[in-house]
Amino acid sequence: MYPLRLYVFKTIEWLLLLAVALLFVFPFLWMALTAFKTLPEVFRFPPTFLPESWQIQNFAVAWKSGPFLTYLVNSLFVALSILVLQLFTAVPAAYAFARYKFKGRNVLFGLTLIALMIPPQVIFLPIYVFMSEWNLVNTLWSLILPYGASAFGIFLLRQAFMQVPDEVIEAARLDNASEWKIMWKVMVPMAKPVLVTFGLFSFIYHWNDYFWPLIMTNNEQVRTLPIGVAMMKSSEGDTLWHVIMAGNMILVVPILIIFFFAQRHIINAFVYQSK
Amino acid sequence: MAEVTLKQITKKYENQAVIENLNLSVPDGSFTVLVGPSGCGKSTTLRMIAGLESITEGELQIGNEKVNHTPPGKRDVAMVFQNYALYPTMSVFDNIGFGLRNRGLSRVETKKQVEEIAEVVGLTDYLQRKPSHLSGGQRQRVALARAMVKKPKVFLMDEPLSNLDAKLRNQMRVELTSLHKQMGTTFIYVTHDQVEAMTMGDQIVVMNQGEIQQVASPIDLYSMPANLFVAQFIGSPPMNVVSMYNQPSCVIGFRPEKAAIDVFESLDTVAGKGLMLNGVLVSREILGSELLYYVETKDERVVVKGSTESIIEVGMNVRVSVDAKHLYFFDRATGTRIIGEKRKAMANSVIGGIA
Repeated sequence: MYPLRLYVFKTIEWLLLLAVALLFVFPFLWMALTAFKTLPEVFRFPPTFLPESWQIQNFAVAWKSGPFLTYLVNSLFVALSILVLQLFTAVPAAYAFARYKFKGRNVLFGLTLIALMIPPQVIFLPIYVFMSEWNLVNTLWSLILPYGASAFGIFLLRQAFMQVPDEVIEAARLDNASEWKIMWKVMVPMAKPVLVTFGLFSFIYHWNDYFWPLIMTNNEQVRTLPIGVAMMKSSEGDTLWHVIMAGNMILVVPILIIFFFAQRHIINAFVYQSK
Repeated sequence: MAEVTLKQITKKYENQAVIENLNLSVPDGSFTVLVGPSGCGKSTTLRMIAGLESITEGELQIGNEKVNHTPPGKRDVAMVFQNYALYPTMSVFDNIGFGLRNRGLSRVETKKQVEEIAEVVGLTDYLQRKPSHLSGGQRQRVALARAMVKKPKVFLMDEPLSNLDAKLRNQMRVELTSLHKQMGTTFIYVTHDQVEAMTMGDQIVVMNQGEIQQVASPIDLYSMPANLFVAQFIGSPPMNVVSMYNQPSCVIGFRPEKAAIDVFESLDTVAGKGLMLNGVLVSREILGSELLYYVETKDERVVVKGSTESIIEVGMNVRVSVDAKHLYFFDRATGTRIIGEKRKAMANSVIGGIA
């Protein structure tokens, strides 16, 4: 019978989706639950799923195990500064790539795409040498400046700008708008979903970045949250997993909150149509 | 208020000329319509006047001032685009006021002027809406208001009505002409629709393949077409063209509404004045107040307008007759209309004969 088959298929579909979702969610969930357990409970076998008693003080212990306020401020400052810098470089670059015809445009855009494909691990050494020559190692600048321009952002925005109808830009030209104004008042608002998505990717990447701050800094005053959390592990004799997981929660929760609010725009970015 | 003059204008795309040595004068305060089939260069011409396309050669003047290299925003022209080209992220208010703000008008003054214009075009209640929440007709009004608020010297319109449905289009046509009368500004209007051109323009520029075919008033264009192209482009249905047996270098044209059609009673030729064609009625279209007959003669097919009072059945033998004074003669090779003494001689040669 047709409806019965439909139900069976729907059920299988749902179960599959649930399984995949669980695969992704479970590590997070386990981290969250572990953050509320006591150390003996963490090591107990068979493991308990829910904590026997909720150990909220784990968070306080984690917070006090290092200069976490400094880490948090550093992380925020670095991730936000990078985001602002990247937007200010990516918007004009993307506008030029999308809307102007100039000599060498394709070569330059090719270079941008190549930059997209090179991982930071390949170029960190020469950049480190630069930074040390400019006496910027061990400052927040060494975390911000190397990421001032994003090839990914340029690429993503260029695609978005190319979708803006020519007539809208021409109308703005007839309205005596400067190129600068066309860019920020006409194009950027039209590319908002893409901008939000890119902003989120950039923020999350640099908020979570462990490698770069580890290379460029060795001083608590300029280190960021991921390093702070990682150092909890090595600074103690015994690894206090429950406290580390509490530290990880402190690291992850801001991102989850931002993601929750920006979700709508991310979906829009992929189904964007100009009207 | 300004006159627009194009002198020897040439436009090339990668050495391919799309417009060559175009000369045109648009009088101050006129409603000039550029009309022609797609690809004839009418939009390119308009965009050159707007400053959206560069001019390869020649001189463009707006109000006796050479503006070849003046950026679009400084030419004191406003343009209405086919797809409205509204700023989708701005409210109706900001859409209209954007140009004013860019000219350095204060917030207060902008608000005053935008509200004035909104009143004129009936958008007062919609000022805070986004364009995506408006109907096609309302978007069209926003586009108009955005152009009007700048009080430009010249209004440019690129097929502004082609996205509207037939009813709204007729309504807007009337509104645009009355708007033109009110404002007294120079309008340059591009369309491919000859009905739009004839009903709205007081000067019509017929273009084809990058060249101006004729510049004239609607009546002159209809009654005195310069060549075969204009004759067949203007008028609906288009002018009939038939061969002339005694003058192979020429063709005869006549308008469907100037021909009479009768049922073919006998093979006797009636000595009449003008062109007579015998044929079979192959099809007819009833348009309500009038009728279109499609008649197949020996070599050609012609269209004749008839009245609905006496309807001729399909399949009958019919005779189409046209008075000599309604005949046009064109040179077969160049398409130019033959006028003066030469025309008289030709008219005499067809009189009474059955072609």
